[in-house]
Amino acid sequence: MPHMKRLFAAGLVAASTVFGATTWAQAADQEVNLYSYRQPFLIKPLLDAFTKETGIKVNVVFAKKGMLEKIKAAGDNSPADAVLTVDIGRLYALKEGGVLQAVKSDTLEKNIPAHFRDPEGLWFGLTSRARVALVSKERVKPGELTSYEDLTDPKFKGRICVRSGKNAYNVALIASMIAHHGEEGAEKWLQGVKANLARKPQGNDRAQAKAVYEGVCDIAITNNYYMGKMMTNDEKPEQKKWAAAVRLTYLNQGDRGNHMNVSGAAVTKSAKNKEAAVKLLEFLSGDAAQKIYAEDNQEYPVKPGVPYSKLVQSWGDFKADTLSLEKIAKLRPAASRLVDKVGFDDGPGS
Amino acid sequence: MTSPMIPPAAAPTTMSRADGLHMLNVSHAFGDHTVVSGVSVFVNPGELVCLLGPSGCGKTTLLRLAAGLEDLQVGRITIGEDTVADGQGGAQMPPEKRNVGLMFQDFALFPHLTVYENIVFGLAEKDRTRREWARDTLTTMGLGDYADAFPHTLSGGQQQRVALLRALAPAPRVLLLDEPFSGLDVNRRAQIRQDTFQILSRSGIATLMVTHDPEEAMFMADRIMVMQHGRIVQSGTPVEIYFHPKTVFVAELFGPVNRLDCRVENGALVSALGRFPANGLAEGAEAQVLVRPEALNLSQPATADAGIPLTVVSARSLGRSTHLTLSLGDDDAGPLFNARMPGVFLPEIGSRVSARVAPEHLLIFPKSAP
Amino acid sequence: MPHPAAVADRPATRYQLARLIPDRWGIITLAVALFVATPLIAVATIAMTPAPDIWRHLYNTVLFGYVERTVMLIGGIGLGTFIIGTGTAWLVTMCRFPGRGLFNWALVLPLAVPTYILAFVFTDQLEYAGAVQGTLREIFGWRNRQDYWFPEIRSMGGAITVMTLVLYPYVYLLARAAFLEQSVCVLEVSRTLGKSAWQSFWNVALPLARPAIVVGMTLAMMEALNDFGTVDFFGVKTFTAGIYDVWLNMDNISGAAQLASVLMIFVVVLVVLERMARRGQRYHHTSSKIQALPSYRLRGIKAMLAAVFCALPILFGFVLPASVLVSYAVVFFDVTLQANYLTITLNSISLSLGAAVIAVAIGLLLAYGLRMGSGPLPRAAVRFASIGYAVPGAVLAIGVIVPMAGLDNSIDAFSERVFGVSTGLLFSGTVIAILYGYLARFLALSFGTIEAGLGKVSRNMDGAARTLGANPFQTMSRVHFPLLRTSLLTAGLLVFVDCMKELPITIILRPFGYDTLATFVFQYASDELFEESALGALTIVAAGLIPVVILALTTLRSRPGHAGGGHP
Repeated sequence: MPHMKRLFAAGLVAASTVFGATTWAQAADQEVNLYSYRQPFLIKPLLDAFTKETGIKVNVVFAKKGMLEKIKAAGDNSPADAVLTVDIGRLYALKEGGVLQAVKSDTLEKNIPAHFRDPEGLWFGLTSRARVALVSKERVKPGELTSYEDLTDPKFKGRICVRSGKNAYNVALIASMIAHHGEEGAEKWLQGVKANLARKPQGNDRAQAKAVYEGVCDIAITNNYYMGKMMTNDEKPEQKKWAAAVRLTYLNQGDRGNHMNVSGAAVTKSAKNKEAAVKLLEFLSGDAAQKIYAEDNQEYPVKPGVPYSKLVQSWGDFKADTLSLEKIAKLRPAASRLVDKVGFDDGPGS
Repeated sequence: MTSPMIPPAAAPTTMSRADGLHMLNVSHAFGDHTVVSGVSVFVNPGELVCLLGPSGCGKTTLLRLAAGLEDLQVGRITIGEDTVADGQGGAQMPPEKRNVGLMFQDFALFPHLTVYENIVFGLAEKDRTRREWARDTLTTMGLGDYADAFPHTLSGGQQQRVALLRALAPAPRVLLLDEPFSGLDVNRRAQIRQDTFQILSRSGIATLMVTHDPEEAMFMADRIMVMQHGRIVQSGTPVEIYFHPKTVFVAELFGPVNRLDCRVENGALVSALGRFPANGLAEGAEAQVLVRPEALNLSQPATADAGIPLTVVSARSLGRSTHLTLSLGDDDAGPLFNARMPGVFLPEIGSRVSARVAPEHLLIFPKSAP
Repeated sequence: MPHPAAVADRPATRYQLARLIPDRWGIITLAVALFVATPLIAVATIAMTPAPDIWRHLYNTVLFGYVERTVMLIGGIGLGTFIIGTGTAWLVTMCRFPGRGLFNWALVLPLAVPTYILAFVFTDQLEYAGAVQGTLREIFGWRNRQDYWFPEIRSMGGAITVMTLVLYPYVYLLARAAFLEQSVCVLEVSRTLGKSAWQSFWNVALPLARPAIVVGMTLAMMEALNDFGTVDFFGVKTFTAGIYDVWLNMDNISGAAQLASVLMIFVVVLVVLERMARRGQRYHHTSSKIQALPSYRLRGIKAMLAAVFCALPILFGFVLPASVLVSYAVVFFDVTLQANYLTITLNSISLSLGAAVIAVAIGLLLAYGLRMGSGPLPRAAVRFASIGYAVPGAVLAIGVIVPMAGLDNSIDAFSERVFGVSTGLLFSGTVIAILYGYLARFLALSFGTIEAGLGKVSRNMDGAARTLGANPFQTMSRVHFPLLRTSLLTAGLLVFVDCMKELPITIILRPFGYDTLATFVFQYASDELFEESALGALTIVAAGLIPVVILALTTLRSRPGHAGGGHP
C-alpha cells in the first residue's frame, strides 16, 4: 500500500519537524551543527565572521559533560558535524571513542603546524595556551621561581595557590610531568607542591590570582590568557587590580620550555555536513579567525605568522614545551590517579 | 423517640426481592494464613443473617468476598440465579456489576461530596425516581436539613444513616453490613439499631451482617452463624444459639459464664452447685456444666431447702439488674460464681444467700474421653 | 469432602502463585515503572561493560574520603533540614508570635532559589574579598588574612549550610502538614500526663509526624547526593565528584557507572532500612475530633527568639540571594535582554510545565496501580524507579540518551528500509529527551506526594464506590481525583519548581539552539560571569515563586476532615 507508506513517512517528517529533530530537515541547507565545550557567547564573534564570509549558518549547542556519549549513542544519526573543545583531553577522548573522522585538507595542514594536530587528521588544534605562574610582584623576586620543579622548594611553603588537581588543565600539566620525570618523579613533585600549598585547592584560575592580590599566597598557577582577560576587564575593574599585583612568569625557559595545551576542533564521523564542517575548521585556522583568538581571547594562535596580541607580546617571548599532546592525553588517567594518590585536593597538612 | 418512616419506594423492586445470596464452600487465605475454610452461607430474600464471631475469625473477609472486593479463591458465590464468583478458575464479576450494597464499619462516606451527593453516588444521572426517593427519605429520616452538608459535620448516628441510605439507594439485590453499629456511641446505639432494623425489615432485601456483638446479632438477625477460626461452628436462630450452644465457645460469646466440672454419680451430675439430671450421660462420665450468671436464682435469707448456701463477696447495682460475686466458702477464698439478679437485690457483703439453678438453663457439655 | 488440610493448603499456594504473577494493574504498574526506570537500568548496564578496574585505585586512595565526606554532607543536611524544617513548622502551627502569618508561607520561599545561585551569592559575600570580610577589615583595621580568623566558606560547612537553606522547605512543608493533621487531643492528653509543651512536642507530636518528616529529609538528602555543581564549587569531593572524575578525567564511563550503581544501591538500602525501622509502627489518627489548634501564645524573649528562628532561614535562603540578584540584574540588564531572554524564559516554563503534567500523570498512575494491584514485583519496580532522584543528573542523562538513541536508530533503520525515509533522532534529538530525563529524575517527588495523599483515602471508600457501581476508572475520577486535588497540585508544583532549576540533564539532552534559563545562567556562571546572567537567575527564582506561594497557601488551608482540603 504505497499510500499508507507515504502517509506514514509524511507523519514522521511532520513529527520530527515539530519536535525539532534537525538531521535531515536541515541537511539540505548550508549549515553546520557544532557541539561546543566553549560558551557560545565567547565564540559568537568567530562564528558570525564565518557565516558572513561563507553564508553557512552555525548551530551551536554548549555542553561539557556527556558530549562523547551523546554522539556515540546517536551513531550515524548524530546531528553533530563538528566539535569544539578547550583542552587536549576531550579531543583525545573523542578520538578514542571513535566518533571522529579524518580530514584531509591542504589549508588545515598549511595553517596548523604538525605538532598541533593529529597525524591522521582526526583533530586540529586552533589555539594554544601556556600554564604559567603568576607571582606576586612584591613578594617574589624575578628569577626566584623559574621552573615547575621549583614549586616544590621548601622556601615556597605555604605560598602557592592552585585550583583542583582534577581540573583538566592541571591534569594535563601533571601528565606532562609524568612524561618528563616518570610516574614516581611526578608523584614526588606533586607531593612537594601539595606541601607548599597555601590553602586547599579551590576556585578557578582567576581566583588564584585574586588570592595573590589578597595576600593569601605568592604564586598562582593559571593559564596565560586569564592574565590578559583580567588586565582588560572593564566590566569588573577589580580584576585589573588582581592582575596588577602579579607578574606573569613562563617556566622552564632554561630547559624543555613551558607546558602547553590546546583548544581544538574535529569533524565527527557521522557529519552530514562534512564539507561545511571542514570549511568551518579551515576558517577557524585562517588569519582572520586566528587574529580574533589572539586579540579577544589572549591565546596563542597556532598559525605561524599571526601575531600575538599586544598584551601577550608584552610578556615577552617564551619557549614552549614541544612534548606531544597525544602523549599528554594518554597519560591523563595516570595523572588523575596520581592526584588521588597524593591527596592533592585535600590541601596542605593532610 | 419514634423510628423514622421509610416511604414504600425504599423497598427494592419486586424482581430483586427474590434474590438471595449463596456462598458455597468458600475458602480464603492471605499468603500462608488461611482465614476462611470451607464456609457455606445462605441468605434468603427478606432474611437477615448475622455472622457472629470475634475479630480475626474471617467474617469480614466473607463479606468482602461476597461484595467482590476480594477475588474468590475456592468455592462459589451466587446472587439470585447468577454466579458472581467461581473459585474454580471461573469468572469473577467485578464489584460494580454485582449490585450489592455494602456498608462499612467506618461508613466510608466521601468527604468531598455532600450528604445528598453521597447518597446518589450509585445512581444514574437520569434515574429521577431513585433520586426523588433519596430526597424524600432524607427528609423523613430527619436529615433533610443536612442534604447539602458535608459528612464530617454530621454526628456518628447521622453518618450511619447516610451510609445505610447510600448503600440502599441503588436498590441492591443483597445488602452487606460490616459492623454497622460499632462506630457509634453506646447510648445512641440501641436507638439506631432499632431504626436500622425497621428500615431493613421494610426493604425485604437479603441482608448479611457481620458483628462481634452478640446482643446486636440477637436483636437484628433471623439467623445467626457463629464463626471461629475461619469456620462456622453453629448456625441457628438467636434463641437456639443462646439456649442451645453447641460448644463452650458459643456459650461464652454472650459473656462470662460459671463453669462447673461434674461427674455422673448414681444417675445424676454432681457439682458444687448441687445435683443435676444426667441427661443420658453414662455413669462415671465427666462433663462441663455452664451456668449463665442470670440462670443462678438467689434468695435471702439462706435456708437449706432454698438451694446451695453461698457467701456474698460483692454486690453492685447496675440499676436494671444487680451483679453479684459469690463464694462457695465462708470468705472469698472458695470457688467464685457470678450472678445477675433483675432489679435491686443488694445483700450485705459477707452475708449468706441460697442459690438454685433451673435445670432447663443448664448447658451441659460432655468431656470427650481422653 | 476433601481433607481440611487440603482445603487450607490450596488457596494458600494459589495465592502465593498469584502474588508473584502480577494482576492486570500489577502489569500496568510494572510496565510504567520500568519505563521510568529505563535510564537507571541503562546506567547499570553501562556499569557492566568491561573497563579498566578503578576500584583498587579508589580503595587505596580516595574512596574512604568520598564516602566519609558524602556521609557528612548528607548527615549534616539531614540534621540541618530537620532542625530548621521541623522547628519552624512547629512554631508556625502551634505557637503564636509576631510575624507568624508571614513566616507561615514565606518559609517556603527558598525552595525557588537554585542551590548553585545561593552558593555563588554566599561565596561572593563571605569570601575574603566579599562585602562581609571587607567591612570587618575596615572596621577593625585588619590588613590581610593573617590578621584575623574567618570561617572558610568554600568548605564542607559552607556546602551544608547553603544546601540546607535551599532544601529545608521540603521538611517544612511536610512537617507542617503533619502537625496540622494531628489531633489536638493527643497533645492535650500528653499535657495532662504532666509533660511540658516541649516534652509533648518531643514525645508525641514528633513521633506522630515522623513519617512525613522522614520523607522530607529523604528528599533533601537525595537531592544533596545527586548534586555536583554546588559541592564542586565549594571544593568538597563527594562520591558524586568521584563519579565525574572517573568518567571525565580517567575516561572510564563504565567505572563511573559502577560508582553510580553503588550510589543507587546505597540509596535503596537506606530507604529499605528506614521502612523496616518504621514497620509495625502505623500512625493512625486515633481521634478524629477536629478542633482549632491550641496556639501557645509566646511572649517577650520567647516570642522574639521564635521570630528570629523563623526569620533567619528566609533572610539567608531567600532575601539575601534575591536582593543580590536584583542588584546585578539592574547593572547587567542589557546583557541578558540581548540573549533571547523571552524565548528562553518561555522554553523553561513550557518545559517545566510539561514535565510537571507528565510526572503527575505517571505518579498518579503508579500510586494508583500499587493500590489496586498486588505483588512485590510492581512495588519494587516503583521504588526503584523513584531513586532516579538521587542519581547525579549528568549520569542519568547518559542513561536517557543511550536507550533512547538506540530506539531512534532502530526506528530510523526500519523506516529507511520500509519507507525509504530517514526519520533521524525522533526522540533523543528533541525536547522529548529532556522531558523523559525530568520524569526519570523527579518521579520521586510526584509519586511520593501522590502516594501519601492516596494513603489518606481509606480503602473502604474504594470499596464503597465499587459496590455502588463505579468501575476502577470511575472510582478514580469520582472519588480519588477530587480527594487528591491538593496532593496532585503539590506534586505538580514541586516538579515544576525543580525543573525550572534543573541543569545537568537539560544541558546534555537539549537539541541545537535550545536554551533554558538554567543553561543560560550556567553558560555565564561557568566562565565566572555569573553577574551578567543575573536577570536569568532572577527569573528562575521569580517563576518558582508563584508555585511556591500557591503551595504554601494550599497546604495551609488543608485541614483534616476536609481530607485534602478543597471543597467548594
